Amino acid sequence: MKCAVLFSGGKDSAYAAYLAKKQGYEISCLISIISKNPDSYMFHTPSISKVKKQAEAMDLPLIIQETEGDKEEELIDLENAIKEAKNKYKIESVITGAVESVYQTSRIQRICDKLNLECFNPLWQKDQIELLHDLMKNDFKIVLTGVFAYPLDKTWLGKEINKRFIEETEKLYDKYKINPAGEGGEYESFVLNCPLFAKELKIEDKQISGKKNSWKMEIEVK
Amino acid sequence: MEDGDRSKMILITQLAKEKLHYFEFVKPIEDVLRKNNIEFKSTHYKLIDESIFLDTDKIIISGTSLKDNDFLEDLEDFKWIRHLDKPILGICGGMHILGLLFNGELKKQQEIGLTKINFEKEFLGLNGSVEVYELHNYSVESKDFNVIAKSNYCIQAIKHKTKPLYGVLFHPEVRNKDLLLNFANL
Repeated sequence: MKCAVLFSGGKDSAYAAYLAKKQGYEISCLISIISKNPDSYMFHTPSISKVKKQAEAMDLPLIIQETEGDKEEELIDLENAIKEAKNKYKIESVITGAVESVYQTSRIQRICDKLNLECFNPLWQKDQIELLHDLMKNDFKIVLTGVFAYPLDKTWLGKEINKRFIEETEKLYDKYKINPAGEGGEYESFVLNCPLFAKELKIEDKQISGKKNSWKMEIEVK
Repeated sequence: MEDGDRSKMILITQLAKEKLHYFEFVKPIEDVLRKNNIEFKSTHYKLIDESIFLDTDKIIISGTSLKDNDFLEDLEDFKWIRHLDKPILGICGGMHILGLLFNGELKKQQEIGLTKINFEKEFLGLNGSVEVYELHNYSVESKDFNVIAKSNYCIQAIKHKTKPLYGVLFHPEVRNKDLLLNFANL
């Protein structure tokens, strides 16, 4: 079955794509939504302009759809992007990396139903720590590119998801109820390498900005 | 294995046509049971052989995606439900099957997302007004079942009038995980 992956460049959508491929599904294209609204409920925005490099590494066509990020408008933009994938690449299904967000998932389900497409959420309800371990086990190389919640600060930017990272976030989860996989928007990640990539992406340059417990690392990759 | 454990062997009957839907509609149920040390086995309905029921105490029938209705063409594959005297919980598509096997019919009714529903009395630990996660294009109505909960649009929870058969239209594995445990511990 031909699929489009709603791809943010972060660990969840990349792992969802990997699971689909492993199960024999054909990934026909990636769809990335670039929201101009930094507080979008629907889409993760950090480092999204770098998804082009990731798509190249996967040798997959990429549909980029910009949106102003108003609540209802961004849903129309998303629907248009999925329609484009359907027309251009004859996709029969959409894959997302949603884990907990009912807001996000139910809106995507409605769009898929309207367009007569299957909808797959292979990370749905997945245990957060299990997900981090699975990423490690399957050779995903992932860095943190944004932190947005206390007690995370600037020092977390650029950290790689590894055994030590998992132990540290587990401790924070116990103490502060920080979601260890970051899906509550506490942090955002960028995939530098995974089994779907033909080559690893290298960070060429980085720019850090932010304050207190909200920091972003814009990266250039090659 | 202790006898106490054996009384909780759950069979999860999978409905989904697509392999990738296992992760979305079956694994979350398995995870709840696994985390609570409840023994289970998990099989697609097309692979069920009646010998599997010999060491099964209770059965959960999973749901599947909005677009996947293939199982409705295969009601014959579920005829074991009619004569098996063991507790069965049907979730979403699983509830459709329970209703259809007992003189019910489907009605077109879509609900997607979080919804408040109302339980008239206690049902597997839920009562009164409860927020649940919905993902369905059809509801089912059967006179052989008592209606325990409704949303603004349709029937949400049913219990068979004489058999230990329970049906929920919503997905308890998302926001009402305790319901699965209460069923397992019946």
